[in-house]
Amino acid sequence: MRKRTVLLIIYLLVLFFPIYWMINTSLKTDNEILKELTLIPKDLTFKNYAEIFTSELWRSSFMNSIVYVCLNVIISLVAAIPAAYAFSRWKFRGSHHLFFWLLTNRMAPAAVFMVPFTELYYTLQIYDTHLAVALAHCLFNIPLAIWILEGFMSGIPREIDETALIDGYSFPRFFAKIFFPLIAPGVGVAAFFCFTFSWIELILAKALTVTNAKPVVVTLTVGIGAEGVRWGLLAAAGVLTMVPGAIVVYFVRNYIARGFALGRV
Amino acid sequence: MKNRGWLFVIPALAVLAISAFIPLMTVINYSLHYIFAGSTPTFVGFENYVEVLRDSAFLRALVRQLVFSMGILAVEVPLGICIALCLPKRGPGVAVCLVLLGIPLLIPFNVVGIIARVLTQSAVGVIPEFFALFNYSFNVAKDPVDAFMTIFLLDVWHWTPLVALLCYAGLQAIPDAYYQAARIDGASAWKTFRYVTLPKLRSVLIIGVLLRFMDSFKIYAEPLLLTGGGPGDATTFLSLHVARKAESYNLGYAGASSFIYLFIVIVFSYIFFQLMTHIGKGETK
Repeated sequence: MRKRTVLLIIYLLVLFFPIYWMINTSLKTDNEILKELTLIPKDLTFKNYAEIFTSELWRSSFMNSIVYVCLNVIISLVAAIPAAYAFSRWKFRGSHHLFFWLLTNRMAPAAVFMVPFTELYYTLQIYDTHLAVALAHCLFNIPLAIWILEGFMSGIPREIDETALIDGYSFPRFFAKIFFPLIAPGVGVAAFFCFTFSWIELILAKALTVTNAKPVVVTLTVGIGAEGVRWGLLAAAGVLTMVPGAIVVYFVRNYIARGFALGRV
Repeated sequence: MKNRGWLFVIPALAVLAISAFIPLMTVINYSLHYIFAGSTPTFVGFENYVEVLRDSAFLRALVRQLVFSMGILAVEVPLGICIALCLPKRGPGVAVCLVLLGIPLLIPFNVVGIIARVLTQSAVGVIPEFFALFNYSFNVAKDPVDAFMTIFLLDVWHWTPLVALLCYAGLQAIPDAYYQAARIDGASAWKTFRYVTLPKLRSVLIIGVLLRFMDSFKIYAEPLLLTGGGPGDATTFLSLHVARKAESYNLGYAGASSFIYLFIVIVFSYIFFQLMTHIGKGETK
């Protein structure tokens, strides 16, 4: 037992070393970053963070990211919950093939869809909007959400549905009052994964935005190379991109723990 | 009412029509045409496909990609299982560990690329300094092996927690009674793992292997940021290769290579899916 704990601690140290290094870099002056290797900043500075917080570009990028990621999570869940229910409860004509086809969307490499998306969204006149990116990310998030939710829903005995309907619950009422609370941990887990994958996606977000909806992941790449590499600034922005994710993890941690305890992911 | 299921699937299909089906048809359409900026596309049948399959740059990227993805599976899956076995089963440590493991997953791909560049920059990066202790000059910009290994280890660092979290979920679902039975039978630790734990982990391992395989096939931002696919073409993975062609508006070629790429991913995923669903099925029952 002790040995396992030691191994775990070693692993977590390795896991967090790169993150520590980024925080460390973000608190150094550019001069120190380029001149020498220091384990803790010699000249502690918050200038990099101050620069980001006072820059309109960075602030709007962060807002754009948050808006389209939330939009994507909502669309994905609204579309995936009924579909997952159907897959978990009924074997209908073609359901097996449909399920595999849905999964293949998860496999589609984003690079493949870059150009068609651009053309399609131009035609629909939603190019460079939050909706465009949110819809594009549904490509991989809806299949994932259906997959996760189907697992959770299959774990809930069918008798519950039948009893509730015999007791005179209408279907929507049964779904909202009885079924939904039962799968809430699953929805939490699905939301967490959708948030993650939408938040970190780069190719589509980059291809579909110009200025109005430019997300922080794109602003980060643009920051490279413009006026030499501003390592400190990039590291600070990188640290800040982890913050919303960390907040989400904090809020859904109980759901996730319960979801994991149910053994269904 | 057997087909009412379709009614429930309609919202998902409607969204996917816009975000998957129409774009996929467009890709196929491109792949059958010769497209040149400024002129009308001409239908050329499968010529683009022939060109892609004869292109040694594409084939090299494909082989590199397969080596990379298989390596990722060979390292991340066993490592993930080990970490999951080390995690505490209950108590306050559980939530802490889950949150800690979840954090690396939330780092955007390009931030991972930036971390890699900070760590490996020549002269003052931590990793070159570390290797300098052993008189090895580590340089991602010059040495193809160094660059490839950096991307590889980066992916292992970034995504092993996902496998660990999935396996942990699977472990939690195994009732204690199984372990007690194994103990009473006097099974060794290894035998308990082999005949009790591993078969029970099968369904989460299917998800883990498939997710990691699909996603490692999509790797893009990390090599782009680290060395731009170099040195030479040492880290030019398929996604990078295809995206370059699309960006240079070589749409016929990009469409054809995309479709071949998608086809390969689906075939491999299907094989994994079938293998893992069937292997060892007898043992659990």
